[in-house]
Amino acid sequence: MNPARTRVPHLVMAAGMLYFLVPLLWIAIAATKSQPDLLSTPALWFADFNLFTNLAQLFREDGGVYGDWLVNTAVYSGVSAVGATLLAALAGYGLARFSFPGKRFFETALLGMIMVPATALVLPTYLILSNIGIVNTMWAVILPSLLSPFGTYLVRVYVTESVPEELLDAARLDRASELRIFWQVVVPMIRPVLVTVFLFTLVATWNNYFLPLVMLSDADLFPLTVGLTTWFNTGQQEAGTRVLFNLVITGSLLAIVPLVIAFVLLQRFWRSGAATGALR
Amino acid sequence: MRRKRMTDHPVAGALFVLPFFLVVVAFLVVPLGYAFWLSLSSRSLALGERFTGFDNYVRAFSDPVLLDGFLRVVVFGAVQIPVMLGIALAGALTLDAVTTRFAIAFRLIAFMPYAVPAVLGALMWGFLYSRTFGPFADLPTVVGGEPFDFFSTDLLLLSLGNIVTWAWTGYNMIVLYSALQAVPREMYEAALLDGATQVQIALRVKVPVIRQAIALAAIFTVIGTMQFFVEPYVMARFAPQISAGYTPNLYAYNQAFAYSDFHYSAAISFALGFVVFVAAYAFVLLTRKRRQS
Repeated sequence: MNPARTRVPHLVMAAGMLYFLVPLLWIAIAATKSQPDLLSTPALWFADFNLFTNLAQLFREDGGVYGDWLVNTAVYSGVSAVGATLLAALAGYGLARFSFPGKRFFETALLGMIMVPATALVLPTYLILSNIGIVNTMWAVILPSLLSPFGTYLVRVYVTESVPEELLDAARLDRASELRIFWQVVVPMIRPVLVTVFLFTLVATWNNYFLPLVMLSDADLFPLTVGLTTWFNTGQQEAGTRVLFNLVITGSLLAIVPLVIAFVLLQRFWRSGAATGALR
Repeated sequence: MRRKRMTDHPVAGALFVLPFFLVVVAFLVVPLGYAFWLSLSSRSLALGERFTGFDNYVRAFSDPVLLDGFLRVVVFGAVQIPVMLGIALAGALTLDAVTTRFAIAFRLIAFMPYAVPAVLGALMWGFLYSRTFGPFADLPTVVGGEPFDFFSTDLLLLSLGNIVTWAWTGYNMIVLYSALQAVPREMYEAALLDGATQVQIALRVKVPVIRQAIALAAIFTVIGTMQFFVEPYVMARFAPQISAGYTPNLYAYNQAFAYSDFHYSAAISFALGFVVFVAAYAFVLLTRKRRQS
C-alpha cells in the first residue's frame, strides 16, 4: 500500500500503543520515586532517582519476605507448568493415537471441562484439601494448577495433525516400547505445542491470585500477587505509619518485567497455540 | 485397517491418559460433586447441619444481592465484551493488512498487558485513577473543572471496564490475528484484482472466514467475565461502595470467608458454574453443528 493510505491505520496504532504503554511507563517511573515524591511530583515524570533505595528496602522489609514471594512464585508456576505440560502431552497423545473403552465419552467431556469456570472449583477444592490437611502448603497451590484441559486439547489436535501413524507402527515393528516411542519419537515432533502449553500454564499460575488467596494463610508461602496486595492493604490501613506504597510499586515492577520480556521474545508460541485452538 | 490399528494397544492408550484422568477426577469432578453435595444442606446454630434439598438454590435465585450482582455483571459484559472484541478485531485486521515495523511494534506492545497479573494490573490502574498518585483525576482542573472521581458509583463500572479492556484486548487481538494469518491469500486475491478496497476485503472476506475464531474468543471472554472477581476485589480498596455482593463470585467468596456459610457459598458457586457451563457448551455445539452442516 502507498504511504498515504497507511496514514490512518498508523495513527490509530500509535494511539493504541500509547494506551497500552502508559500504565507500564507509569509504574517504571513510579518505581524510581520515594514515597513522598510519589504523592507530590508529576505522575508521569521522574523525580529524585530512588530505584536502588527502593529495591534495597524491598528485599529488607518484613525480614526479606519479598525474596520468598519471588521464589514461591517461580516454584509454583515452574512446577505446575512442567507437571501440567507432561500430563497434557501424555493424555493428548493417548487420545489422539489410541482407542480404548470410554475414550469417545472422555473426549466429549474434555471440551466441556474447558468451559468449567476455574473459580467455581476453588472453594470446594479448598474445603476438600482442608479436610485432608494440606491447605496452607505449597501443594495446595501446585496440585490444582496441574489441571489443564485446554492443554490436553491442544496437544490432541497437534498430534492428530503432525504425528503420522505409520511412523509409530514402524517404531513398534522395531520392538520399541510404547513409552520409548512416546519419549523418542512423539515428544520431539510435538515440541512446539508443548512449549505453548508450558507457557500458557506458566503464565496462568504466575498470574493466579484467587487460588493462592484462598489456599494460603502464611505470608512465607504467598506468591507475589497475594503478598504485594497484603502490603498494599497494610499500607492503606496504616497510612503514614509504614512506608509501603513505593515497595508495592517497585515490587510489582519487578514481578512484571521477567514475564513481559518472556512474552515479547516468545510471542510466536502464543500465536501458534492460539491458532491451533481457535481453528478447530 | 486404520480403526484396527488404533485398537491394537488399548491398555497403553488408557495408561497414557490415566495421570491426566486422575487429576481431572481429583480437582474437577470431586470438587464439583462436593460443592453440589454441600449445597444440598445447611447449617444453623439451632439445628446444626441438616439436609435441606434445593433450599439453598431457592434462596440464591431469590436473593436480591446475588441477582443484583448477576445483573451488574451481565450489563458490564454486554458493553465491555463487544467493545473489547471490536477493538481487538479492528487491530487484528489492521495488523493483517499493514506489515510495517511500526505495526510489529504495535503488536508486541498491545500484547504486553497480558503478561501483567490481573491483580497487579488492577492495582496499577487503582493508583492511576487516584487523585493522590495518578495523573488523570486532576486533568479537568487544568481548565477549571471538577476533578474526575473514577471510583464514584457513576464511573466505577467504566473504570473497571477500562482495566479489563486494557488487560485483554491485546491477547484477543493476537488470537484473531493468528486466525487471519492462517487464511490462504488466494481467498481474497480475486477481490483485490476486482478493485476491492482493503476495508471491503476485511469486512466481506476476512471477518466471515474467521468467525469461528471470533466466536471462540467471545466464549472465553464470557466465561471470564461471569467469574469477575479480581478487579472489583482490588478496586474495593479504593472504592468502598464495592459491596460484598458486587459480583456473584465476590459474593460466593464472602459468603464462605466472611460469613463462614460454606453451604450457601457452594450453592452460588455451583449455580454460577452451571449457568456459565451450559451457556458456553450450548454455544460451542451450536457453532460446530452449523459449521459441519
